Amino acid sequence: MEKSYIVKQISIFSENRPGRLAAIAGALRDAGINIFAFSIAEADGFGVVRALVDRPDDAYRTLTDLGFRVSFTDVIGVKMRDEPGGLSDIASILGDAGINIEYAYAYSGKDAAVLILRVDQVEDAVRQILGRGGELLKASLSQ
Amino acid sequence: MAPWNPRTEGMPLDELRRLQFKLVKSLVYRLYSFNDFYRRRMKEQQVHPDDIRTLEDVAKLPFMYKSDLRDGYPDRIFSAEQNELVRYHVSSGTTGKPTVVGYTERDIENWSESLARAFSSCGLGRGDVMQVSYGYGLFTGGLGAHYGAERVGATVLPTSVGNTERQIELMQDLRVTAIACTPSYLLHMGEVAEKMGVSIKNDTDLRMGFLGAEPWSEQMRGRIEDWLGIRAYDIYGTSELSGPMFTECTEQQGIHIWGDLALVEIVDPATGEVLPTGEQGELTVTMLQKEALPMVRYRIGDLTAIEEGVCPCGRTHPRIGRIRGRVDDMLIVRGINVFPSQVEHALLEIPEVGRHFQIVVDRKGALDSMLVRVEVSEEAFSDKITDLMVIKRAVEHRLRGSLNVSVDVELVEPGTLPRFEGKSKKVVDRRSL
Repeated sequence: MEKSYIVKQISIFSENRPGRLAAIAGALRDAGINIFAFSIAEADGFGVVRALVDRPDDAYRTLTDLGFRVSFTDVIGVKMRDEPGGLSDIASILGDAGINIEYAYAYSGKDAAVLILRVDQVEDAVRQILGRGGELLKASLSQ
Repeated sequence: MAPWNPRTEGMPLDELRRLQFKLVKSLVYRLYSFNDFYRRRMKEQQVHPDDIRTLEDVAKLPFMYKSDLRDGYPDRIFSAEQNELVRYHVSSGTTGKPTVVGYTERDIENWSESLARAFSSCGLGRGDVMQVSYGYGLFTGGLGAHYGAERVGATVLPTSVGNTERQIELMQDLRVTAIACTPSYLLHMGEVAEKMGVSIKNDTDLRMGFLGAEPWSEQMRGRIEDWLGIRAYDIYGTSELSGPMFTECTEQQGIHIWGDLALVEIVDPATGEVLPTGEQGELTVTMLQKEALPMVRYRIGDLTAIEEGVCPCGRTHPRIGRIRGRVDDMLIVRGINVFPSQVEHALLEIPEVGRHFQIVVDRKGALDSMLVRVEVSEEAFSDKITDLMVIKRAVEHRLRGSLNVSVDVELVEPGTLPRFEGKSKKVVDRRSL
């Protein structure tokens, strides 16, 4: 049951220099893969591009074939009220349950804002959020 | 294994050193008297044979280099007349003119004696069948191993290189027990054998290999021994010394260099200073009994160290460790000698990164900086930046430990590092000195 809310995010290792994001995005465009959400985390000379896409397995294959280092990461997408307090609600649920957020990024869509989270105990997080009336993205949305 | 020449191989160290001193002394007098090249060298260095009063005084003698052999092409620095020679070998010149090595009867005798001691220290002897898959001809490997194996009473199968399937058939049919070849050729034989449906481990009597003539590693030894079911021994030599001359014994703890035939020193490649036992540096060899082409303090260009202590096998003669790389590849970073091979060895022990790398040396202000670019392995790639930073710092720590110089590590995308282009791309030196 929790599993149906665990979303497969692709993570791509990228050097921190001009043209690398263009190479990744161009490859996904050529394969006809749509990106729902993405973020870039950067460090010393390198970064990790994280993305939710409509066909993660195809994206993985496409990028790996081009020589990129790619992995899948389990994340969850939480729908937030697009108004003051929306983020606070969700963060409190996880905080109360002792679940640590490793990283997060968000997008604000037509219906709702969505917060994408990598947490240390993903199934527990799903249970807590659903149990307290939260709404989660279905994994099937990105398959 | 029982020594071939017990009297010499077990000689007490002080006695061995006295013998070496006598041999050096007579070698130097002989060269000073009869070899124009070496007399000129000694005069330039302002050293006379009378100045050699102890074995340590060898350090006063001038070095010889590969270029001396090339400049003396073909036989201008020989110490024997052509009619005294029984053989020539010629090494292919990858970087210029070839070099020619001449041998008197005594030179061939000492070469065979050296290998007879080496082979028997690994248990080769009467009853063995030794397949010599080194090239025969101008190259020293084939004939060298051949004479050494015959000397200990083994039956030699002189297959030379090539026609691998036939080599494997013969290995089975003639019940070959030992092989001498390059480690990469033995791996190739293993693969070809499997394609023929033959397992070298289960379907042949092969039990030992004398592998050399190219660099190889402990990891490669482990793989060869497990896969082929043999003991794999490192064999060392160069045509300037005569050819392949020395091997490890069954202890596999360094290559025994017979002290009555060769005097080894390890010197700092930059300054030429003699380094203490145990320190890595450039192998320098004085051949104590060579007649046709004497070699004194010859800078071979291979990096290694002299092993401390006496081998558990009881042989007293000095041992050298595995060859770590070539001096030509050396970089000096903040006054410290750094070899790309050290980086390569360190990376092999870090599973989180791949084995490919690139070194970039630069100068910021007055200080040299060294950057090593590596790829994160597929298994270790995490999308958490903190995990990647831990890997980066662990590699930095490991490299600083083995190089003695601080290193920045950059994680790069797979496939962006040079694969087979060799040294030119593996090291980028941006310093303008």
